[in-house]
Amino acid sequence: MLNQMLKTTMRNRHPYLFIAPALLILILFSLIPITIAFVISFTDLNLKGLADWSSINFIGLENYTTLLKDTVFHKAVFNTLFYVVIGVPLVIISSLGIALLINYGKNLIFTVFRAVYFMPAITNIIAVAVVWGFLYNTEYGLFNYVLSLVDVDKVPWLEQPVLAKLSLIVLAVWKGIGINMIIFLAALQGIPNSYYEAARIDGAKRWQVLVYITIPLLRYSIFFVTVTTLIGWLQFFEEPFIMTQGGPLDGTVSMALFIYQRGFQFSEFGYAAAGSFVLFIVIIIVTLLQFKLKKSDVDY
Amino acid sequence: MPSEKSKHTFERWVVTILLIIGGLIVSLPFIWMISSSFKPESEILQMPPTLFAENPTLDNYISLFTNMNFGIYLKNTLIIVALSFVGLFFNAMAGYGFAKYNFKGKDKIFYLVLATMMIPGQVTMIPVYLLLNEMGLINTMLGIVLPGLAAAFSIFLFRMFMATIPTDLIEAARLDGAGEFYIFFRLIMPISKPIFAVQGILTFIAAWNSFLWPLIIANDESLYTLSVGLSLLKGQYANNFALQMAGAAFMVIPIIIVFSLFQKYIVEGFTTSGLK
Repeated sequence: MLNQMLKTTMRNRHPYLFIAPALLILILFSLIPITIAFVISFTDLNLKGLADWSSINFIGLENYTTLLKDTVFHKAVFNTLFYVVIGVPLVIISSLGIALLINYGKNLIFTVFRAVYFMPAITNIIAVAVVWGFLYNTEYGLFNYVLSLVDVDKVPWLEQPVLAKLSLIVLAVWKGIGINMIIFLAALQGIPNSYYEAARIDGAKRWQVLVYITIPLLRYSIFFVTVTTLIGWLQFFEEPFIMTQGGPLDGTVSMALFIYQRGFQFSEFGYAAAGSFVLFIVIIIVTLLQFKLKKSDVDY
Repeated sequence: MPSEKSKHTFERWVVTILLIIGGLIVSLPFIWMISSSFKPESEILQMPPTLFAENPTLDNYISLFTNMNFGIYLKNTLIIVALSFVGLFFNAMAGYGFAKYNFKGKDKIFYLVLATMMIPGQVTMIPVYLLLNEMGLINTMLGIVLPGLAAAFSIFLFRMFMATIPTDLIEAARLDGAGEFYIFFRLIMPISKPIFAVQGILTFIAAWNSFLWPLIIANDESLYTLSVGLSLLKGQYANNFALQMAGAAFMVIPIIIVFSLFQKYIVEGFTTSGLK
């Protein structure tokens, strides 16, 4: 019986051979880690525990209760919300606006514009942060120089908690427009011309066409962009990591940066894992909530 | 209808002017980066700043290789790019396995693959570090590359494309006595060129830009990538903006070149990957 089973598996081995390498890597570095993260979030694993497993203790929910009292974590949650609430609508509105403008024409100029607006999306985030750090520099930065031409005092772009958050958002919006613009453009080009013609015959004004035809037909892509952008912004990390290291006064620390700092700068692996699970749960809740809202919507 | 027509031209001008203004704002950081990278250190701190370098110099770029180890970083980055193409190949194989075979538990396994897409990087970051530590792969090139080799999304796209290849073609090859791997290499891969092109470019960009894993796994400078080296440079030469800009330009310009050569594929790639 067992022999028989082994034989059939040997005969049908090819599909398994094809999927094995990728599958093994995914299991090892994606599925197993999430279980490990869950388990160690209930322990006090740190650098010492890494060297000597017997010194690791199960501490129950202590990491999670400490998180609730940790003022830095509070700040990280607040800052992440701040980034999401301001950044996500800004990205969606500007990428949709630019897509509508670019969709206006079909000739070469518009293809060039598409490339220009897309460029920030594929440039290296570290290079971007380095360049923007220079632009934002209080003494020698271009922004303050331009402002000085119209007699505005030097603005400390990255040195004041609220302003620093806004400065990081501007940079992230600049980088985030490209991909979403492309998605909107693809959707816009999929709208049949007959809809617009019908509207024109009915004498609809431009804004009416936009509000009653274009936007409703873009509902699916707007939903998609909202979900992916929201998930991305909840994991806001590189911008504060490179430009402000979370400062000033933890004013720009995001949840993702908090997890990184706890894990790799303070080596509190258990505590960091607990933080990462909180982030994971937030992401799941937000995503499910959106799908729920979407379902209650009417279909066309 | 002359008025209708002139209204249309007017609108067109407004749209074009808006796009030009926006385009200038969007590309300003690039322009500033490139022009600043050719300025000598004295000129870059000058107020008012010059738009183009008065005494253009290549010193900053040379300094990247003499004062910093950008040569080593470049070599490491290129190794990572090369190895990530092995991953691309694994993804293609898996995509083919899911697209063209029926086997026990296929759907369940595929859902498992898709589920990995939902796990945020921050959650797996620490356990993967611990795993690699147990495997003795900390501070090795293999440790940097291995966790990112397989990507569910890429497998998904390969599956979608390869499902459209007619099964009759594969059956015919089998009747001619071709082995399964021979079929994959000599028949499936050539047919799948378009998806390989899109995925290949995206793989190149992602590997070229890789930052977080090299940062976490590499303890000594000999394994740093360009991104990690650049962030090190920002810390070490905090006030030498000309050098920083040269470092940034050195990372960005190859991407700009790749992008302008393959614009169509990249945009297509992001559209298909975005809409699914």
